[in-house]
Amino acid sequence: MRALLLALALLVAAPVAGHAQTTPLVSGTPTSPTPMVPPVADELEVMKALQGGRIAGRITIPDQRAANLIQPAGRAWRDFHNVTLAWVGGIAVLGMLAILVAFRLSKGRIPIEGGPSGRTIQRFNLLERTNHWMVASCFIILALSGLNLTFGRHILLPLVGPEAFTLISQWGKYAHNFLAFPFTLGLVLMLLLWVKDNIPNGRDVAWFKAGGGLIGNAHPDSERFNGGQKAIFWITILGGGAVAVTGYMLVFPFMFTDIAGMQLSHMIHSIVSVLMIAVMLAHIYIGSIGMEGASVAMTTGQVDLNWAKQHHSLWVEQELAKGRGADAPAAAKAAGAD
Amino acid sequence: MARMKFLLDAERCIECNACVTACKNEHEVPWGINRRRVVTINDGKPGERSISMACMHCTDAPCAAVCPVSCFYTTADAVVLHDKDLCIGCGYCFYACPFGAPQYPRLGNFGGRGKMDKCTYCAGGPQADNTEAEYIQYGSNRLAEGKLPLCAEMCSTKALLAGDGEVIAQIYRERVQKRGYGSGAWGWRTAYRETVAI
Repeated sequence: MRALLLALALLVAAPVAGHAQTTPLVSGTPTSPTPMVPPVADELEVMKALQGGRIAGRITIPDQRAANLIQPAGRAWRDFHNVTLAWVGGIAVLGMLAILVAFRLSKGRIPIEGGPSGRTIQRFNLLERTNHWMVASCFIILALSGLNLTFGRHILLPLVGPEAFTLISQWGKYAHNFLAFPFTLGLVLMLLLWVKDNIPNGRDVAWFKAGGGLIGNAHPDSERFNGGQKAIFWITILGGGAVAVTGYMLVFPFMFTDIAGMQLSHMIHSIVSVLMIAVMLAHIYIGSIGMEGASVAMTTGQVDLNWAKQHHSLWVEQELAKGRGADAPAAAKAAGAD
Repeated sequence: MARMKFLLDAERCIECNACVTACKNEHEVPWGINRRRVVTINDGKPGERSISMACMHCTDAPCAAVCPVSCFYTTADAVVLHDKDLCIGCGYCFYACPFGAPQYPRLGNFGGRGKMDKCTYCAGGPQADNTEAEYIQYGSNRLAEGKLPLCAEMCSTKALLAGDGEVIAQIYRERVQKRGYGSGAWGWRTAYRETVAI
C-alpha cells in the first residue's frame, strides 16, 4: 500500500518537476501525494467570477469582513451603478419630463367643467394634509440628494468645482440618512389614513378603460380616490416601503447583511427610487399646473364642488348624504364684489 | 514611468503578519483600520495558502469608477490615491472594490463612516510630499523618498513583492521556473486583467 502511494506520488510529482521549464501547467502542491484541485490564483478568480462567488478564508484581525480575499461581484455592482442605473434613471426621469411637456402642449391644462362654483367641500383634513407634505418634502430632498449621488459628478461637479460639490454631497448624505425616518413614519400614517379608500375594485378597471378623464374626455364615476390615485397610493406605499427597507440596510451598514446583501440593497433601493421619482413627477404635475382646482385639495383642503363632482362624483354623493354639505365659506363674496 | 504593482507569492507567505504590522506602524494607522491584511484560505486543509492583500492599485480602478464625488486619481506611477478632503464616506468604493481595500474609521450608523482610508502604496496623498499634513491624513510618503512600500520591504520571506510590474513579474517567473510550481499571482487577473505567464 505504501509503495503504491509512493509510486503514485512519484508519478504525479515527476512530470511537474521535470517539465516545469516547458509546460505552462505549473501549479499545485508537490508535497501532497494525491492529486487535488490546486489553488491556482487566476483560475480560482475566473471560476469565482463566473459563479458570482467570493474567495474567502480565515483572518486574525477583528474585522471579519476582511476575510473576503476577492469578491468579483464588485465588478457587477460597478456595472450596475455606472451603466444600468444611469440609463434607467436617466430615461425614467427625463422621459417622464418629456411626456409631461408633450401632454401639456397637446392637451393643455385640464379645466373644471362649467368653471368653479364658488362652493367648496372638505377633501383632506389637517392631519392628512400635514402628513402628505411631510412625506412630500422628505421625498423631494431624498430624491435630489439621491440623484446627486448618481448624476451629480457628471452634471453638478463641473459647474461648482470639487470642494463645493463635496460640501453639497456631504450635506445631501446627512439629509438623506436622517430624513429617511420622517419619510417612513409618514408612509405608515399614510397607509393608516387612506388604505380604506384605496382598495382596488371593479370601478377602477372601468376608470382605466375610459382613460381616466386624463387621456380620455369622459369622467368615469369615482369614489374618494380614482384608479390613478389608487395606483399612486400603492406605488408610494409599496415602492416607498421597498426603498425604506433597503435604505435602512444601507444606513446601518453590515448590521443585517454582508457585502452581497449591501450591493443588492443598493441595487433595489436605487432602481425603485428612480422609477418612483418618475411617477411622482407625474403626480406633482397633475396636482399642480396640470389640472385646474386640484392643488387646493392639499393646501386648504377645500375643493370646489364642481371639481369634486367632475372627478369624484360618487364621493360627493356620499359626503352630501352624510350631511357634510358644501357650504359657501363664511368669507365668500359674490362674484365681482372685490 | 514604472507601473507599480504588488505581487504575492503564496508559496512563500508564512502568515507572520509582519506586513500588516509594518504598515500600521509606518503610517500610524488608527485602531480598527487595516490597510493590509493576511487571509488564509483552505485553513488546515491540503492546499492551505496565506495571501497578504491590500489595495492592488488596479488598472481602471473600480473605486474611482463608482465614486460619486470623483475623489480618486492615479499617479504617474499608476498608484491609485484619493483625496480625503473630497471623500464623503458614502461606502460605494467598498461595494465595488474586489479586494475589500477601502477602510472606514467608523462603521457608524447614519452614514457616519468618516473619510475612507486605504493603502497608498506608501505614496501619501494629494498634499505636498512628506509634509505634516500629508502624514496625518495619509501616512508617510516613501515613494517620494525613492523607497518602496514598507510591507514588501519588511517581508522576511520576500513573498510580498512591490515595484514595477515587469520587474516583479520577472522575479516571480524565475522563482516558479526554478522550484517548478507556483499558485499564480493573487488578484492580478482581477486588478490588472493579466496574469504572470510562466
